[in-house]
Amino acid sequence: MSTETATNTQDTHADGQHHDEHHEHHIPTGLSRWLLTTNHKDIGTLYLWFAFIMFLVGGAMAMVIRAELFQPGQQIVNPEFFNQMTTVHGLIMVFGAVMPAFTGLANWLVPMMIGAPDMALPRMNNWSFWILPFAFLILLSSLFMEGGGPGFGWTFYAPLSTQYSNDSTALFVFSVHIMGISSIMGAINVVVTILNMRAPGMTYMKMPLFVWTWLITAFLLIAVMPVLAGAVTMVLTDKYFGTSFFDAAGGGDPVMFQHIFWFFGHPEVYIMILPAFGIISAIVPTFSRKKLFGYASMVYATASIALLSFIVWAHHMFTTGMPVAAEMFFMFATMLISVPTGVKVFNWVATMWRGSLTFEVPMMFAIAFIVLFTIGGLSGLMLAITPVDFQYHDTYFVVAHFHYVLVTGAVFSIMAAVYYWLPKWTGKMFDVTLAKWHFWCSLISVNVLFFPMHFVGLAGMPRRIPDYALQFADFNKWISIGGFAFGLSQLIFLVLIIKACKKQGEPVSDQVWEGAEGLEWEIPSPAPYHTFETPPVVK
Amino acid sequence: MAQEEYQKYYVPEQSVWPIVGAVALFLIAVGAGNYVIESTKDKDGYGFYILLAGLALLLVMITGWFKNQIDESMSGLYSAQLGRSYRQGMAWFIFSEVMFFAAFFGALFYARAIAIPWLGGASNNASTNEVLWNGFQATWPLLVTPADAITTGEPSTQAMPWTGLPLINTALLLASSVTLHFAHVGLEKDKRKQLIWLLAATIVLGSIFIVLQGQEYIHAYRDLDLTLDSGVYGNTFFLLTGFHGLHVTLGTIILIVLFFRVLKGHFSPKEHFAFQAGSWYWHFVDVVWVMLFFFVYIL
Repeated sequence: MSTETATNTQDTHADGQHHDEHHEHHIPTGLSRWLLTTNHKDIGTLYLWFAFIMFLVGGAMAMVIRAELFQPGQQIVNPEFFNQMTTVHGLIMVFGAVMPAFTGLANWLVPMMIGAPDMALPRMNNWSFWILPFAFLILLSSLFMEGGGPGFGWTFYAPLSTQYSNDSTALFVFSVHIMGISSIMGAINVVVTILNMRAPGMTYMKMPLFVWTWLITAFLLIAVMPVLAGAVTMVLTDKYFGTSFFDAAGGGDPVMFQHIFWFFGHPEVYIMILPAFGIISAIVPTFSRKKLFGYASMVYATASIALLSFIVWAHHMFTTGMPVAAEMFFMFATMLISVPTGVKVFNWVATMWRGSLTFEVPMMFAIAFIVLFTIGGLSGLMLAITPVDFQYHDTYFVVAHFHYVLVTGAVFSIMAAVYYWLPKWTGKMFDVTLAKWHFWCSLISVNVLFFPMHFVGLAGMPRRIPDYALQFADFNKWISIGGFAFGLSQLIFLVLIIKACKKQGEPVSDQVWEGAEGLEWEIPSPAPYHTFETPPVVK
Repeated sequence: MAQEEYQKYYVPEQSVWPIVGAVALFLIAVGAGNYVIESTKDKDGYGFYILLAGLALLLVMITGWFKNQIDESMSGLYSAQLGRSYRQGMAWFIFSEVMFFAAFFGALFYARAIAIPWLGGASNNASTNEVLWNGFQATWPLLVTPADAITTGEPSTQAMPWTGLPLINTALLLASSVTLHFAHVGLEKDKRKQLIWLLAATIVLGSIFIVLQGQEYIHAYRDLDLTLDSGVYGNTFFLLTGFHGLHVTLGTIILIVLFFRVLKGHFSPKEHFAFQAGSWYWHFVDVVWVMLFFFVYIL
């Protein structure tokens, strides 16, 4: 992909003079830069830092959970607080860490990848971000209220959230409401940017896969976040205003809550994995020095996964007593998803086939993603089989499954993305030794952490319970050790990122990685504050 | 985008309004959350005042932000491409609103088609009915809830008929969609008088709708014992019509703002994004009402 522009942006950087002559504005400084910014790169940075902080906060809660489960019996926290930890850990990791991290990457990358001057609606972009810290402030502060915070699981099933929940539930509801507003506005911004801001010649089937996957993710967000808003609203009225949507005494049904929640929830899990597919599809070709195998099939596979995600929700509910016909439908529809997902894994492997592979840090994370995400995908296939799920439902096998797809899947892809694009953002190569330490420590500890969960789950250990039977003690000890090690490993990442933000390290070229292709690698490193104020022409 | 000359895409400088908006939403969420807790659990607190402060701040934010936008638009900073961004953004926003209503329609359909028949013993739920809710019969509108069935056995509410006020309201809203459409035509053909009068007519029709909806609620509470907590019929009735009513109110406010902008001479036959967005929003609210009238009142 080559570009030419009317400005001399592309020409001046050879001598290290990186300013864009069309834009002599100075970059604002101080706190107001971050509070008032309309710049997609600033907002991307804010999102990424927020996600990282939330990742550490949610991780600290996971440490509390693992400390309690280190030995059987009640050890450190009381069961109510344990429930609040599992609940808020889940909410923070989903809505506070993974989703904002992907949105941050979209902010940084989508305009640069499609040759746009910024996001389509820059002020709304700032609004979307700054809602988030406030939303999580409310959620976290509810933990300190009288009676404690939400303790009904991140899925807030009725009647746990309606009849048996703390007084603070209303704060949970409104905090989810404003998180949802933030997500919807962020997603509208991404969709409009991609549909309307592409440079001349950047046709749909030339867009990088990260852009494609984010376009489809944003569509899913706009479609299902409002349904979540509806679900929490009904929880609010059921709990406080005497409605009985989820109460059989008034003609409602607690199972209806699960239908509405998972109609949101299943597309939601693809919201957290589709951008990861886009990232891996960018990294694998670069370090294989080949074009991505089967670009068009990747696009169609992404779209198929998104559409299928709307008709599989009840596979989370096999044990609720649905009619057999419904169980069969949701079982087969779910299994169908393995076809487009298989296409993707096949294409990544085929891209590496006979490539000139090198194993820089982003590639290490990408390969770990492909292997470990596939493990999570295969355990998902086991869970999709209705009669088998009767055994696995609500055991640690489920916990193992979704942590393989979300930690070694989504989170590893985010780390791969940070290592891949960080030199473009800062202009300096990160500390590679530290990065390798981070990778190997994370890779080993994450498997010590999550792999034995399959075994205890299959043996019947239930999830979300602060105690367990004695036969699970040995495995749980190892799981906890793995958990603490994985948590500590992330501090290496923190140190590395702080060093990178201080602009330590060797300067990098514009292309950064030999074999990297795309518009973002043709602008200077570090990327100027404003890029593509006049669109490039993509050939 | 293959124009000879590229008009620069307007990227605004720093703006104070988004962070003000974020603080406003924070106050609204904290205030509403605490107000709900305080008013239903008999506690003292400042929730209501925090909520009011948040709403006031949101109003300040919207006014300031829109004023910036209008000034920028009037000074010709906006390109055709930016106009497309706004239109697409509005269309996607309306799609998200559709999905919000879909959640409540989904609850209505699920309750009617699955939850209530099952409580009445349908499918393989005969013993649910006999053991837990003996005597409950699946009907819609649900006037005798399962709880009523095993206690008094008498209906605790009456159904809202579709004739009368709801029918009048339907006619009003449909008429308002027509008047707004021809106001828009007037704008496009530069017939300002037609624009002003028909826009005013739309606002009047919308306002009458809101008043009549209020009358209907009073009738429901006072005469029919149909309340928010009278079983899943009352739940779905009030949440669906209530959220729709809020949207009509918001739409009417938007139209009033547009009306005053029209009087000030804003909008040209070719460029009138704000008017178009307000008009889309109004038509969307109308379509939701037609769905409501059909599924909540008639069926």
